[in-house]
Amino acid sequence: MAHGPAKGIGRWFFTTNHKDIGTLYLWFSFAMFLMGGFFAMVIRAELFQPGMQIIKPEFFNQMTTMHGLVMVFGAIMPAFVGLANWMIPMQIGAPDMALPRMNNLSFWILPMAFTILTATLFMEGGAPNFGWTFYAPLSTTYAPPTVNYFIFGVHLMGASSIMGSINIIATVLNMRAPGMTLMKMPMFVWTWLITAFLLIAVMPVLAGAVTMMLMDINFGTSFFNAAGGGDPVLFQHVFWFFGHPEVYIIILPAFGVISHIIPAFSRKPLFGYSSMVYATASIAFLSFIVWAHHMFLVGMPIGGELYFMYATMLIAVPTAAKVFNWISTMFRGSLTFETPMLYAVAFVILFTIGGFTGIMLAVAPADIQYHDTYFVVAHFHYVMVAGAIFSSTAAVYYWLPKWTGKMYNETMGKVQFWIGFIGFNVTFFPQHFIGLAGMPRRYSDYALQFSDWNMISSTGAFIYGTAQLLFLYNVITTIRSGKPVSEPKTWDGAEGLEWTLPTPAPYHTFTTPPAVK
Amino acid sequence: MENNIPKSSIKKTLLKLSVGAIGMFVFAVFLMPPLYYALCDLTGIGGKTAGRYESKDTTIDTTRTVKVQFLTINNGSMPWDFSPRVTEVVVHPGEAKAVTFYAKNRTSKNMVAQAVPNLTPFNATNYFHKTECFCFNQQPLNAWDEIDMPLVFIVDKDIPKSVNTITLSYTLFDITESTNDLTVAQLN
Repeated sequence: MAHGPAKGIGRWFFTTNHKDIGTLYLWFSFAMFLMGGFFAMVIRAELFQPGMQIIKPEFFNQMTTMHGLVMVFGAIMPAFVGLANWMIPMQIGAPDMALPRMNNLSFWILPMAFTILTATLFMEGGAPNFGWTFYAPLSTTYAPPTVNYFIFGVHLMGASSIMGSINIIATVLNMRAPGMTLMKMPMFVWTWLITAFLLIAVMPVLAGAVTMMLMDINFGTSFFNAAGGGDPVLFQHVFWFFGHPEVYIIILPAFGVISHIIPAFSRKPLFGYSSMVYATASIAFLSFIVWAHHMFLVGMPIGGELYFMYATMLIAVPTAAKVFNWISTMFRGSLTFETPMLYAVAFVILFTIGGFTGIMLAVAPADIQYHDTYFVVAHFHYVMVAGAIFSSTAAVYYWLPKWTGKMYNETMGKVQFWIGFIGFNVTFFPQHFIGLAGMPRRYSDYALQFSDWNMISSTGAFIYGTAQLLFLYNVITTIRSGKPVSEPKTWDGAEGLEWTLPTPAPYHTFTTPPAVK
Repeated sequence: MENNIPKSSIKKTLLKLSVGAIGMFVFAVFLMPPLYYALCDLTGIGGKTAGRYESKDTTIDTTRTVKVQFLTINNGSMPWDFSPRVTEVVVHPGEAKAVTFYAKNRTSKNMVAQAVPNLTPFNATNYFHKTECFCFNQQPLNAWDEIDMPLVFIVDKDIPKSVNTITLSYTLFDITESTNDLTVAQLN
């Protein structure tokens, strides 16, 4: 049983070990994060000043589209799948994932999908340019010919996510250590279990949406073509029926990570565990019945606007329960602020700001002003960057010693956090102002009165981008020359089965299940 | 380590979830569009008016009037002239009214067009009946030809009291390429 990983490069191609696959997912995700970030830098460089300086408007549209697609499907989702692969078996006392071969397949599909997607940048007609939401008819009648590559890429990503989710559910439902009842599962496992169900429910809908596009473009159907009796608004309904649960797919595992880090550095158990579980489940349920709040301007009847407005606002209730639970966990705790905790606290503050702007956007009459402006851009970057990216960065700092047996440099971690935190806020906070003042999103140019805030925003973006390179540096120096650590608990307040394992975690863990009281 | 892995229940979970995933795909492609259109037809929220209407009741409600406005839009770069002959009529509910729309093919090639109606407010959609409409059929037009296209409509007597003005818009699509060559050939 004591055999280790296979030798050579073949280890990574043929591995069925959950830790190897988790590592692959995390590195792939970071590579995509840098690529998507590079696209963002191109966008912000062009928007540094009004007028066209660096790129052409057509290419700008390709950049916004690719930035969104790469970040959502290439960076954020695989980052959490990577964390799930590493942590779920270790947290539930299982030897590996339930379906290890499928696990290998679901990872290796991803590089293929993104090779296909990014290859379009070098093709005639350019990359997809219709925004990451790919509304018909922009993505059908008026799409560049490369749209077919995009569709195939999305199919592959969807297949990968579905397989990954099936694996996670099969693992969590069948392979928990004896004595670990559902209500004793760690929060990260709970949030991922629910997320995986969301993925299985909506990734096929996304696949359906792009399949209908494919039919419309190549086989003469008229799902979304008004001239043939179809309806472009149908596309938006199908897309957001996928798209709204998708935003919770992105944020729920982040909630799980934060629910581990805050108790660890508060040296208190998580406040309100069962309410956290129920809040997660309620958010997941509500995510299916609010999709049309992205579409307040399509000409919905007033009853529809009211329903989607109130249903959306209702999501604030379970979300607030979570935020209050995190704050209550910290209340009167013995707090220390190591890098993971800094990220976790920043997450709580910034995610709450993003949540509040979300409530503002949910107000249907006000949304007429906010719709498709930079206010929306600011909103979803506060929840996605400060939510998903901050929490996965926190998770890496938190679990890196357990994974590698090396401690990162705390000073460098804190420096990286503060540069990133300042850079992030300088980038996105001003976008609230220019959004409220009416600057529309997805344009390569803007009116002169928005110049100052855009320049500040771009400056912040370059600072934030630099912070990510520093993060890469921190992780690599930790792996190469970090101070070795060997005690099972890296953090004295951390709880959970993963901290009962030796450090670094051996290649095979829990070959005999632990007893859970 | 293999001893404690419950293989058969993992297989069961795998099977159930795969069926679920395939089911959601089928739901998205084969059920969502029909459900959407059914809901639109039922409530009129899509603003899509129904097909040919056979009028049975010929009484006219002279106690109230409804203003009907006409709009035309050329989709994309559709090069035809397309406009209503009258932009606005006032009718009594129950009364059959005929209006015409003008179209001219301003190109040197034979083309086929399709007009797609949209009506607002949505709660009038199901009370606006067409007994004759150019939008029921594709409209071929030879190069430089022009045509007056008919619309005969009846505003239903049961139309909600709150509706005083109805706006009916037609978007004209160029469908020359997607029509079979026969239709275009017949023109020549």
